[in-house]
Amino acid sequence: MNEGVIRAEGLTKTFGEFRAVDAISFCVAEGEVFGFLGANGAGKTTAIKMLTGLLSPSGGKASVAGFDVYREAEKIKRNIGYMSQRFSLYDDLTPMENIRFFGGIYGLGRREIAEKGRFLIESLGLGPVAGNRLGSLPLGWKQKLAFSVAVMHEPKIVFLDEPTGGVDPLTRRRFWEMIYEAAARGLTVFVTTHYMDEAEYCDRISIMVDGRIAALGTPAALQAEFGVGSMDELFIRLARPRAKEGI
Amino acid sequence: MRPAIRIAGVEKSFGDTRALCSIDLSVATGELFGLIGADGAGKTTLIRILCTLLLPDRGKAEVLGYDSAAEYRSIRSRIGYMPGRFSLYEDLSVEENLRFFATVFNTSVEENYELIRDIYSQLEPFRTRRAGRLSGGMKQKLALSCALVHRPDLLLLDEPTTGVDAVSRKEFWEMLARLKEQGITILVSTPYMDEATRCDRVAFLQEGRLLAVDTPEGVTALFRAPLLAVSAREKHRLITELRAFPHARSAYAFGSSVHYADLRDEVSAAEIEAYLQSKGLRDLSVAPVKPGIEDTFMALMQEKGGCDE
Repeated sequence: MNEGVIRAEGLTKTFGEFRAVDAISFCVAEGEVFGFLGANGAGKTTAIKMLTGLLSPSGGKASVAGFDVYREAEKIKRNIGYMSQRFSLYDDLTPMENIRFFGGIYGLGRREIAEKGRFLIESLGLGPVAGNRLGSLPLGWKQKLAFSVAVMHEPKIVFLDEPTGGVDPLTRRRFWEMIYEAAARGLTVFVTTHYMDEAEYCDRISIMVDGRIAALGTPAALQAEFGVGSMDELFIRLARPRAKEGI
Repeated sequence: MRPAIRIAGVEKSFGDTRALCSIDLSVATGELFGLIGADGAGKTTLIRILCTLLLPDRGKAEVLGYDSAAEYRSIRSRIGYMPGRFSLYEDLSVEENLRFFATVFNTSVEENYELIRDIYSQLEPFRTRRAGRLSGGMKQKLALSCALVHRPDLLLLDEPTTGVDAVSRKEFWEMLARLKEQGITILVSTPYMDEATRCDRVAFLQEGRLLAVDTPEGVTALFRAPLLAVSAREKHRLITELRAFPHARSAYAFGSSVHYADLRDEVSAAEIEAYLQSKGLRDLSVAPVKPGIEDTFMALMQEKGGCDE
């Protein structure tokens, strides 16, 4: 796993006295679906901001897609995909306009954008609604398009920050099937979620507690290690100390 | 006893979008009732009608015996409402927010302190902190305290646990169970299917339609197809092969396994195992499984055509 697409070693971020991320170390292999779990306030968002080049670490080492988080943050931003439930596409633009806009942001050429746009519209079955405002489309379609747009510049890795929040169970599963297919083609997927059943869909997961990684491994191995019968139980067992403080 | 909520033929559209299509629903006094559905299902619209913040286009909603249109004032003083978005005053302190809501409802924090003590005591160490500077979990507790400060008969909670981690969600539901014991009727909406089992009864809402209204056990009893939990080493291929099986009704990932439903009245685990073996799948395990809330919701979505594709 030396050639990990993400490699973090003692990665740390402090805000004054507060150690938001406290020396975390892990590797994510190419084509892996890696679940990044933790309670609210455990330090996940800070860690993701460092890994996506948005926040400079206070200490430790990390590289993403082969680029250093200190010196090559701009290269990281161009070589990753990012999608979250809170921010993905523009509701006031049509599907094709969204594709053009984000294609431009990712630095794709005009012809490439047109080709990819046609391919995406067709493969996602958006033809009949390609000229409609995105906001008028069902959530399931929007999500699939958001994911496709997040990887249209063919990054090695995509960060999905709670991609399925508030989505119905059928759409959620279709979305995960899309993740599986992309991972099977070699895309590395780094995903956060509050749905514990989705943790089971990951090849490996980590659970952050108070800025540290409290558990790391395959879902089955972790359940065996901690002697619990489900991811839900494992999460509640590990994250409980912090929650008691009234966070 | 008169129901706490009675909704008959309620419809609501926004422009061309039909948010609610002919909803009939009744919630008994003292019930902990769950409104389960995804974003855009119509949960917030329904709750806003019950809060008297929206008028239905058609039909009638009665809350605590009062008509939601003609007698909205009587309703407003008797309900507690926690909107989906944090709506307290961020510039006021924890304590100031609570006192403000008490004053608006013509009461005092002290008068009903018993009711909120359980929740508010966790916030007291931070009572001089500005609400805007609280963590998500604490904001949620403050919002609930403010919704309870006038001892409402009915509590309407719009997605209180959305985006909240599994531990805080569990604690929130424990708080609701204690409030129910105090005799407060609670209607709570959520996109999390697993929270349905915490309710006395639930309504499944999808694209403005009610798919089912029943106890959690009653709802899962609606799932009639034989169901198997199947696992194998390559999960994605497992799903694909199961769907290709001639008698397949559906195959969806469920935690570490895949739930397979058959079109026939009976299915043998051995038959499915043999089929998958013939497809080259390894480390197989196939066993009957009891359908859960999500199995049922998904089956109803597809049956009733509420699905978006």
